[in-house]
Amino acid sequence: MENQHLYNYILGIADNSLILGQRLGELCGHGPSLETDIAGTNISLDLIGQTRSFYQYAATISGENKTEDDIAFLRLERAYKNVLLVEQPNTHFGYVMGRQYLFDVFHLLLLNELQFSKDQTLAAIAKKGIKEVSYHKRFSGDWIKRLGDGTQESTTKMQEAIDYLWPYTDELFDMTDADIAMVQEGIGVDVSKLKESYYKEVTTLLTQATLKIPQINYFSRGGKNGVHSEHMGYLLADLQYMQRTYPNMQW
Amino acid sequence: MDNNWPLWEIFVRSKNGLEHRHFGSLHAADADMALENARDVYTRRNEGVSIWVVKSSDITASNPDNNGELFEPAKDKVYRHPTFYKLPDEIKHM
Repeated sequence: MENQHLYNYILGIADNSLILGQRLGELCGHGPSLETDIAGTNISLDLIGQTRSFYQYAATISGENKTEDDIAFLRLERAYKNVLLVEQPNTHFGYVMGRQYLFDVFHLLLLNELQFSKDQTLAAIAKKGIKEVSYHKRFSGDWIKRLGDGTQESTTKMQEAIDYLWPYTDELFDMTDADIAMVQEGIGVDVSKLKESYYKEVTTLLTQATLKIPQINYFSRGGKNGVHSEHMGYLLADLQYMQRTYPNMQW
Repeated sequence: MDNNWPLWEIFVRSKNGLEHRHFGSLHAADADMALENARDVYTRRNEGVSIWVVKSSDITASNPDNNGELFEPAKDKVYRHPTFYKLPDEIKHM
């Protein structure tokens, strides 16, 4: 493939949305209330919509007659480039909102930069996603404030979720080979430069929510290079089931 | 959880220039959450440009038992409708 770096770069962005969208999709019909159920599913659909645009673009530059569905459903675990954060399970609603918020802040910072990419297609997809992701962040941030600054039980549960998810945040700012190559060409975003704004914003909101910022020195990483947590295999089994069982099946 | 959340009535304006219409009701802990929930439940298919939320308990409604005295006296007073005027043909949409 001529544009291997660009291809990998696109998947590096889109896989996050696909896997997080899949995680939220698991909750369809299982949300804590009708209203939050629909909200979570809406966010899931936004993310999967963004994923489609990215995969369609990746398919055109793959030069292998691939479709967006091949990219979504027919890769092995090691070929998915999403960060570990988004594949973490829906343990309870605090985890769902915590994972969402910790990703949304990064996601919005990323798209805000990507809209100025030299690559017109990436810039257009990013621009379209900004409004959607702004709402995601507002929704998840509001919930963290409610739960963090809520009852004793909700504070405990929200803190537990943040403590669990925090070690997965640092990976968001790792630069892969594709990242480095694309930044050099003016196409990609230097995510390492988003780190300061990210932690500043997240810390402010968590403090508002009366939550403690975990003080740790060890962070988990690996997803960006295809080394995933134990949860990923189960998630993919669910995601890929139809295409694996009925190859080339169409809706 | 729902048992603890009050009910809200949702009004949505579907286009600028039109009035807000009652779309339905939902549960939420407070007005901000009611707005977000309304956005997700009632405007996800591009139905609206503006949302009002009102706590259902803040609405004072007429009692259906009083419908007789409230509304029936108006039924036989057709002359209160402007239906006896001749409209020129040029005027449409009246």
